[in-house]
Amino acid sequence: MHYLSDGFKAAFTILLSGQEETFNAIFTTLKVSTFSILLTLAAGIPLGFILGYYSFPGKHACRAISDTLMAIPTVVVGLLIYAFISRSGPFGGLGLLFTLRGVAIGQFFLGLPVVVSLTASATEQMEDSTRLTLMTLGASPGQLAASSLWEGRYAVVAAAMTAYSRIISEVGVSMMIGGNIKWRTRTITTAIALETGKGQFAEGIALGIVLLSIAFIVNGAVSVARKRAAS
Amino acid sequence: MKRSLRILFFSVLVLSIAAYSAFSAEVLRMATTTSTDNTGLLDYLAPEFLKDTGIELQWVSVGTGKALELGKNLDVDVLLVHAPEVEKQYVQDGFGVNRRQVMYNDFIIIGPPSDPAKIKGKTVKEAFISIATKGAPFASRGDKSGTHVLELDLWERFGYGQPEKENWYIQTGQGMLDTINIAAEKVGYTLTDRGTFIKYEDNYKGNPPLVILVEGDEALFNQYSVIAVNPVRGDHLRYDLALKFSDWMRSDKVQKMIGEFSLLGKPLFVPNAK
Repeated sequence: MHYLSDGFKAAFTILLSGQEETFNAIFTTLKVSTFSILLTLAAGIPLGFILGYYSFPGKHACRAISDTLMAIPTVVVGLLIYAFISRSGPFGGLGLLFTLRGVAIGQFFLGLPVVVSLTASATEQMEDSTRLTLMTLGASPGQLAASSLWEGRYAVVAAAMTAYSRIISEVGVSMMIGGNIKWRTRTITTAIALETGKGQFAEGIALGIVLLSIAFIVNGAVSVARKRAAS
Repeated sequence: MKRSLRILFFSVLVLSIAAYSAFSAEVLRMATTTSTDNTGLLDYLAPEFLKDTGIELQWVSVGTGKALELGKNLDVDVLLVHAPEVEKQYVQDGFGVNRRQVMYNDFIIIGPPSDPAKIKGKTVKEAFISIATKGAPFASRGDKSGTHVLELDLWERFGYGQPEKENWYIQTGQGMLDTINIAAEKVGYTLTDRGTFIKYEDNYKGNPPLVILVEGDEALFNQYSVIAVNPVRGDHLRYDLALKFSDWMRSDKVQKMIGEFSLLGKPLFVPNAK
């Protein structure tokens, strides 16, 4: 139990003393997770929208697959991506293994199903009456689609936040693809795994607190922005 | 408004891509075992290597099994591992070249101070046989790490094979420290490298639930070697840097540094380059 109180103490000492190693891991985490979430949203929102808004054969199968993939273990994504970007794999020549770009690709595949499924749900939930009203007002199919997306914007933001949470907290991809290389690919989560492996549980807890603080700040910023937009 | 947002979005995208491709010094990639990383040995050696040669050493620390696999898949240039029998086979199979011994540390058998299997001060052989016949709980790494490979080799040598399904034999599939903790919870024995144990002992402020019972037997010496990944297998491999690292590790200066490296005041590695 004393790990917890030690952890809180260590968290403050680490942050206040400005330990370069820790700040490097924090910065790396922010950098790679920001990049990953932007990629994920750029691909996931359009895909999710198509899946929720349009009817096409195989739609339900796609939805079921996307829903299932939300539960894919991060280590499995790490292994699959490793198989492709290892030097002995098909994309080995790109030299992506043990780089942050490689990690971002893995995290993209982790976040994508979350964004796709939740965006699809949001779009589906738009009320038919709204759609009918818009149609009678002479909205073009394009305008109709745009307004549906706009209607579901809060749900899409929630999807983004959920995906971001999954991305920033994962350790499987970062460890397998990034390799936890000091000053290069060490993120907060891989650093926690390392400290725990070393038996320095308090440092692990401290880094966990740092990660939660980041999540808290991001969530807080989003909800403030949302309130502003609503008022 | 929409336009400026779009511009902002793409500039962030481009900037992040640019930020990733910024560094490109001479980099040697190494796969090594958790023991060299967790003890801080590499943090101690790498800056010196950079100073002496201008090469940046980047390492991933994994189990020996995975380290060898990364070499086989050509994802690293050099290996620093400790499983001599497996390594020899690895070199014979053409995956690695220039295997050179650099140092050793030793393993110990730890267990509860009450010592139910009465192994204290015995040889490894006697200890293993006593644990097996008395059925005392024994935690095994079960993860193909160097430690696990040695343990299996010992069971084999003493005529037991692997006690795979025995009730007292616990395969954790986890790291050394986790395995020690599991052994402690089960009031049982385990085989560990000394470095991890020193850390474990320190976590309990010198009063750990498990203590050293068997040590100093030659069967417990743990030889580390540097192996270059066979350059014939991939054009991108930095064989030149791998050899520089191998030579550097075996130089008098670095051998002395390795001998002087200590963890919590206790020396860990014995240099023995040939």
